[in-house]
Amino acid sequence: MSLELSETLQTTVNSLTEHFPDKIIEVYQSSGDTFIRIETDAVVSICTHLKNELHYIYLSDIFGIDRYTSGERFEVVYNLLSLRDVARVFLKVRCEEAAPEVDSVTSVWSCANWFEREVYDMFGVTFRNHPDLRRIFMPEDFQYFPLRKEFPLLGIPGSIELPGTTPDKD
Amino acid sequence: MKLTDIQSRVHSTFFTEHQKQLYQSLEDKHTTIEEYDDGDPLTTKMVLNMGPQHPATHGVLRLVLQLDGETIEKNKLDIGYLHRGVEKIAENKTYQEFMPYTDRMDYLSPYSNNVALCTAVEKIAGVPVPERAQYIRMIGCELARISSHLLWLGTMVMDAGAISFFIWTFKEREKIYDIMDRIAGHRFTVSHARIGGVANDITDEATGAIKEFMESFPGELKDYHKLLDRNRIFFDRNEGVGVLKTEDALQFGATGPTLRGSGFALDIRKVFPYLKYDDVEFKVPTRLEGDNLARYYVRMEEMHESIRIIKQCLAKLPRGPIRTDNAKQAYPSKDEVYYSMEGMIHDFMMTDTGICPPEGAECYHAVESPKGELGYYIQSDGTGHPWRLKINAPSFTNLQVLENILDGEMVADTVVIIGGVDPVLGEADK
Repeated sequence: MSLELSETLQTTVNSLTEHFPDKIIEVYQSSGDTFIRIETDAVVSICTHLKNELHYIYLSDIFGIDRYTSGERFEVVYNLLSLRDVARVFLKVRCEEAAPEVDSVTSVWSCANWFEREVYDMFGVTFRNHPDLRRIFMPEDFQYFPLRKEFPLLGIPGSIELPGTTPDKD
Repeated sequence: MKLTDIQSRVHSTFFTEHQKQLYQSLEDKHTTIEEYDDGDPLTTKMVLNMGPQHPATHGVLRLVLQLDGETIEKNKLDIGYLHRGVEKIAENKTYQEFMPYTDRMDYLSPYSNNVALCTAVEKIAGVPVPERAQYIRMIGCELARISSHLLWLGTMVMDAGAISFFIWTFKEREKIYDIMDRIAGHRFTVSHARIGGVANDITDEATGAIKEFMESFPGELKDYHKLLDRNRIFFDRNEGVGVLKTEDALQFGATGPTLRGSGFALDIRKVFPYLKYDDVEFKVPTRLEGDNLARYYVRMEEMHESIRIIKQCLAKLPRGPIRTDNAKQAYPSKDEVYYSMEGMIHDFMMTDTGICPPEGAECYHAVESPKGELGYYIQSDGTGHPWRLKINAPSFTNLQVLENILDGEMVADTVVIIGGVDPVLGEADK
């Protein structure tokens, strides 16, 4: 598929392929948005490069996707915004089901803190060097990762302690 | 008193592991902070749990504050008390079926949420939207923005000590509810937008009510300005409070009025125009101070700009259809459903399967909701249900800013700062 990149995005892609020739897996477009899939181990260095050299100073969001495949099951997507060039680009990394681990980008953008906690809470992807990796929506006592595809829509009975309906006895 | 071991003093009975980790995380925050001398009573430290059931936290936000006298030494936010798993629900519903859930995300501006979902689905499935529908959506979004800002204004001023003000802003919100009732048939959770257009055309009665509101509301805004702009108490409570420095704003990921109050004119309506926002004139108000007062000015000016936008929309409102006339992409009109066989079949199919974007397609579309950038990422697997739907909620992003700016503030200012950041927990907790 041929790409229809704007000038800024073309500069971004060129710069990345120049500096990280063996770390870029693919660049593709869908519905007008540009996605760059990279090697998982290069995420911090590529993010630092994007922020410092290419002015992607604003991290809008990080989220996970459960691809539900046997290999490289989880995907973590970084939604980056360049205010100077008015461009949005999505970085994607993939990780295995057995021990999903990605390097944390909190050292690059400190707002990654909560976003990564959300990915961890919902998918169980852990982030190396994260300052405070706790669950964010679910309580710590909860054992499951609810946005994984195998988690049932109705939840698992007994998986979460619920308050009693009668006033406390003691 | 030293607080080296909070946990031995707190006896949690519920979600014990969760409480343990939260207190541990509070203890670990800024571990470089100096220990104060024990003997001085002025340096008494305590841990204060604020919320989740607290009237000033705008919902079910829980703050764990470690106080040194009256100063917040460090704090941690605990959210998730309103977590309903809407993203999981979305994966099991058709796109149109999911829309009422978006009403309940940011329940102060349901219209913007509907539009955010619809524009994202239209982008991924390539559905055209008639011009008239786009203008109606813009009117709805801007009314929702005024309504949301009015609630923020009322509660924030109430947090600062003026109770009666709350009633005045709610008087105006009531009028917006009445207008929404006339536009959509619902006062609160409107669900008026549809994929490919809007549910029904805007009536003369509704247009009249909007015009009437546009006439009366600027006068009310003037009164608010008169009351607050030179108000000593209001200034003392807000000036220099909860400062988000310009250099930190992007680093902490602030969005919406919180970011614009710190000097960045990032408004999705201007940066990535959607609907017909590039056809109307409006300014993006910004301030440099980054304190609560700056956020007040930004939101007040935004209300003025919203009025301008609505007036232009009403003047430009073209004639024409309000929903795309392709039964494979959008619901047919009710006339067709009631009086023709095809219409009924299509209506049934839209309800049953809904619109199916191409397999493997992905898209992200953001709108500028009253709280900031509200984005929907959709990944399709070719069926009527999204494979993954992610909501980039502005309140969630802004709450993280709150956790960063609360350190070092006075405990009495906490409620004002929460009010100034204006989070909605229904949206932050998803």
